[in-house]
Amino acid sequence: MPDVQSMVAEFVNKLRKRKIEGSQATAKCTVELLRSVISHQRVPHANQAAALIDAVKAVGQQLVAANPVELAVGNVVRRVLHIIREEDLSLTTAAMAGLDLLDASDDDDIDNCKGIGYPAMSAAVVAAAARSTLRPPSLQTLLEGTPESATVPYTSSSGADSESKTADKSSLTRKLKHDVIEGVNQLIQEISGCHEQIAEQAIEHIHQNEVILTLGSSRTVLEFLCAAKEKKRSFRVFVAEGAPRYQGHLLAKELVARGLQTTVITDSAVFAMISRVNMVIIGAHAVMANGGVIGPVGVNMAALAAKKHAVPFVVLAGSHKLCPLYPHNPEVLLNELRSPSELLDFGEFSDCLDFGAGSGSLQVVNPTFDYVPPNLVSLFITDTGGHNPSYMYRLIADYYSADDLVM
Amino acid sequence: MESRRNPRAVVDPKVRQVGFFTSSQPESSSTQPHQQQTDPISASASASSPPVSTISPSGNSLSPVMIPPPRLNSSDTFPLRGAAAGASSAVSPSSFSYSNRRDFPDGSTTASPGRHSRGSFVKSSTPVASSLPGIGMDSMAAAKSSSVPASGLTTVSVATMPPGLAEKASGMEVQSDQKKNSKPLKEKTTKAERRAIQEAQRAAKAAAKADGGKVPPGTSASVASTSVKAAKPAKPSTQKNEVAVAAGVTEKKGGPSEKDRKKDAPHPRMQYDDESRVVKAKRRAVVKQTEAKNRVELFRHLPQYEHGTQLPDLEAKFFQLDPMHPAVYKVGLQYLSGDISGGNARCIAMLQAFQEVVKDYSTPPEKNLNRDMTAKISSYVSFLIECRPLSISMGNAIRFVKNRIAKLPITLSESEAKAALQSDIERFINDKIIGADMVIVKHAVTKIRDGDVLLTYGSPTAVEMILLHAHELKKKFRVLVVDSRPKLEGQLLLRRLIKRGISCTYTHINAISYIMHEVTKVFLGASSVLSNGTVYSRVGTACVAMVASAFRVPVLVCCEAYKFHERVQLDSICSNELGDPNAISKVHGREDINYLDGLTNNANLQFLNLMYDATPSDYISMIITDYGMVPPTSVPVIVREYQKEHLLV
Repeated sequence: MPDVQSMVAEFVNKLRKRKIEGSQATAKCTVELLRSVISHQRVPHANQAAALIDAVKAVGQQLVAANPVELAVGNVVRRVLHIIREEDLSLTTAAMAGLDLLDASDDDDIDNCKGIGYPAMSAAVVAAAARSTLRPPSLQTLLEGTPESATVPYTSSSGADSESKTADKSSLTRKLKHDVIEGVNQLIQEISGCHEQIAEQAIEHIHQNEVILTLGSSRTVLEFLCAAKEKKRSFRVFVAEGAPRYQGHLLAKELVARGLQTTVITDSAVFAMISRVNMVIIGAHAVMANGGVIGPVGVNMAALAAKKHAVPFVVLAGSHKLCPLYPHNPEVLLNELRSPSELLDFGEFSDCLDFGAGSGSLQVVNPTFDYVPPNLVSLFITDTGGHNPSYMYRLIADYYSADDLVM
Repeated sequence: MESRRNPRAVVDPKVRQVGFFTSSQPESSSTQPHQQQTDPISASASASSPPVSTISPSGNSLSPVMIPPPRLNSSDTFPLRGAAAGASSAVSPSSFSYSNRRDFPDGSTTASPGRHSRGSFVKSSTPVASSLPGIGMDSMAAAKSSSVPASGLTTVSVATMPPGLAEKASGMEVQSDQKKNSKPLKEKTTKAERRAIQEAQRAAKAAAKADGGKVPPGTSASVASTSVKAAKPAKPSTQKNEVAVAAGVTEKKGGPSEKDRKKDAPHPRMQYDDESRVVKAKRRAVVKQTEAKNRVELFRHLPQYEHGTQLPDLEAKFFQLDPMHPAVYKVGLQYLSGDISGGNARCIAMLQAFQEVVKDYSTPPEKNLNRDMTAKISSYVSFLIECRPLSISMGNAIRFVKNRIAKLPITLSESEAKAALQSDIERFINDKIIGADMVIVKHAVTKIRDGDVLLTYGSPTAVEMILLHAHELKKKFRVLVVDSRPKLEGQLLLRRLIKRGISCTYTHINAISYIMHEVTKVFLGASSVLSNGTVYSRVGTACVAMVASAFRVPVLVCCEAYKFHERVQLDSICSNELGDPNAISKVHGREDINYLDGLTNNANLQFLNLMYDATPSDYISMIITDYGMVPPTSVPVIVREYQKEHLLV
């Protein structure tokens, strides 16, 4: 336990000091930390899922508080919680199915739900509720919904007697934790593999002789473009340099190293050049549930220009960037102001400022992110395929359970 | 809004103001739009308005913008104004027109009626004067075609001129330059010395020329002589016409972005992907430009040269450059090094250099002052173009200067002509640039209220004057200065504003959508306003205007009317200027940004440093100009109605 605590503290510290940059790196670190939290968490025999959830939540809250702007942390914590809930559910349903077959009492489930805090409710109720929140409403589940709820009173009345612990209990406990860690490992793989999955689709979206504008430095975009290049598509990339961080320079360097025709333009020339651009491709920092995008600063300008010229504005986002929250005033609330020294040299203006009453005040604004409203986005490409902005809420609902939205 | 006002302009001829006028002006002032203002510019503006006002009743002005008052009895109001104009300058417009009418007994009316309905106003003196540019142009074109008599020929333009003839014309130009130089000049001794040194250099130059595979000197001379002969048929008509020939010929050489309009359509600029023309231009070039290795494919039609290489070369050449006046040379170097930038500053510097030129000028024997000086100015202009492509405002100013030279009455003695020219140029600077800015400030300040948050981009001089004036008026406002790489001109503006005690916020252009929430008005400068309402300005202006209009913030563009141009442009690609590409790869003051250090010569990597962009008119709420505040849809009206009188000042 103590070493987990220190790991958490260290990670929180890193987040606070913005040592980790990029949502993918942050997401990966977060998952790995959560995995060790889970594996070190001593699970009581009774309500193991709840214990795990509580532990993860406690850590997650700390992490989110450390850097509320880095939405990937919250997303990943919610994903892990979701995994725990799902594994728990699948175990219970499996157990229930077994019990139904044996026609025995389902004491485990009762323990479980008591632990979770719904003592009056039976496992089936929880299961049904969980299922309805977790599973997309396919026709089958919709049809099955009614009989299930009809059976609830019956099962609840039938199975509220026994309290004895069975032998397979411990194995079940171990199984849950094992399953959860398995799921988390899958999540890690998914996060680290999202580039490839997104890049695979590049060939469907980039044609010969295309001119693509991008800004910011996103590894996803880099892989996406390179994947198209490897498939022998020849196209040209305009890279906006992205002052004051000049991430565009970094991206341009890597693109050139991979042999792409690259032209670096100033940020101010985005509007001038957009009329000759076939597609704008950017990597998102986060995607909100309404389909809005939080991206590197300057993205909104490019999106507006693209809209004006009817140029498709494509956003690449791995699933860890999908945030289940709806933004309110995201330009301000989900933004971060960086150091003014990136814009003005520290000493440069000191001579005009210390006149006292006679001189005007000087503020320097240097935001990190920009918000693009969903109506400016043409397409999202995630590792599960392309999606409309209006569909994002539904896609996001697949990854998170409703209970975790507010942590 | 325009559709509402359109019928009014027709039905109610008493509306006298151009566009949106400041509400602070009393209603009574509407009858005499500018006269109540006391400063000289507005006085001159009002003095120059009558030609237009006399035109408007003729029915060709169903324009959305209200034209200044139709004066039904223009004959009795005019003399007063004519006198006023005459008093302010050595040569009054009316005297021009008279002399010209004497020169063109018939041509003055026959050349123009096809284009202007103002031809019907021959009776009064001013309309003739205002139609003169047209005559000048037309006769120029006629002379150029060289096989047809001058009168009534209006269709030939440079664009349709056969290439051989163009070559001849330029050859003749070169030749005449040389001839002129070989003649002993009555100039200052220092200059003569310089000339003497350069005389020797010229031989070397000629040899180099022959080496370059061009026409050998002998043949070029013959070409020149034939072309002179070809131009001869135009000669018998009038002296004036001959001047026009010279003007037309030099126009041809004058370069891409500076052209008189022979017809209503502006001429195509030089396209740098046209190899034969580039080679030709290079042969003439004074500045040795090495072409950039890594050119951006999309911009092959624009000159892309290595930057920073020409300056030492040129400086070394200082004593060799034969025909160059030192003042022009200095300005050229300043353009090249970027010491002078900004539309107004560049234009004023150029005009002042031309003033020097005029001052030091003496007509070579057996030469005509008008013709020779136009040729000289043209060669200077092409030198300046080599240093840096002209801005549209400079093109307009050159057009003005040439027009004045062409219109100098031959009756004037040399010193009189020089004095007249100098005062004309002085007046252009004072009225059209400095005075216009003052009028703009006066208009724009009325739009600033207490508590406003004003956003500006880059470092537009007009906007700076507005802000400082508003601050002097004790208006309480805040300024957001938005800046962009690589020039970071906003920092200079920021410094000046802070020193004057204005509260400022500074940010870069990427953060524009973050900052736009709090903005109440956007003030922008412009390099030029084109007649489709497009604002051609510092790159990034379009972005700012776009974001502002997306946030429903009014965008006010401040631009002097002399920068208006009849050219139209839809995008920022077809015509632009490319800056130093290395300025992009190196981030000034940020040593940590060095990702692209070793890659500048990589064939896959280009740097595009655009200088200007075109802002579509739908992002612009209002254009503040010295003629008032107008919507962008009214720009063509201003261009049409006022550009002509521009030439007359």
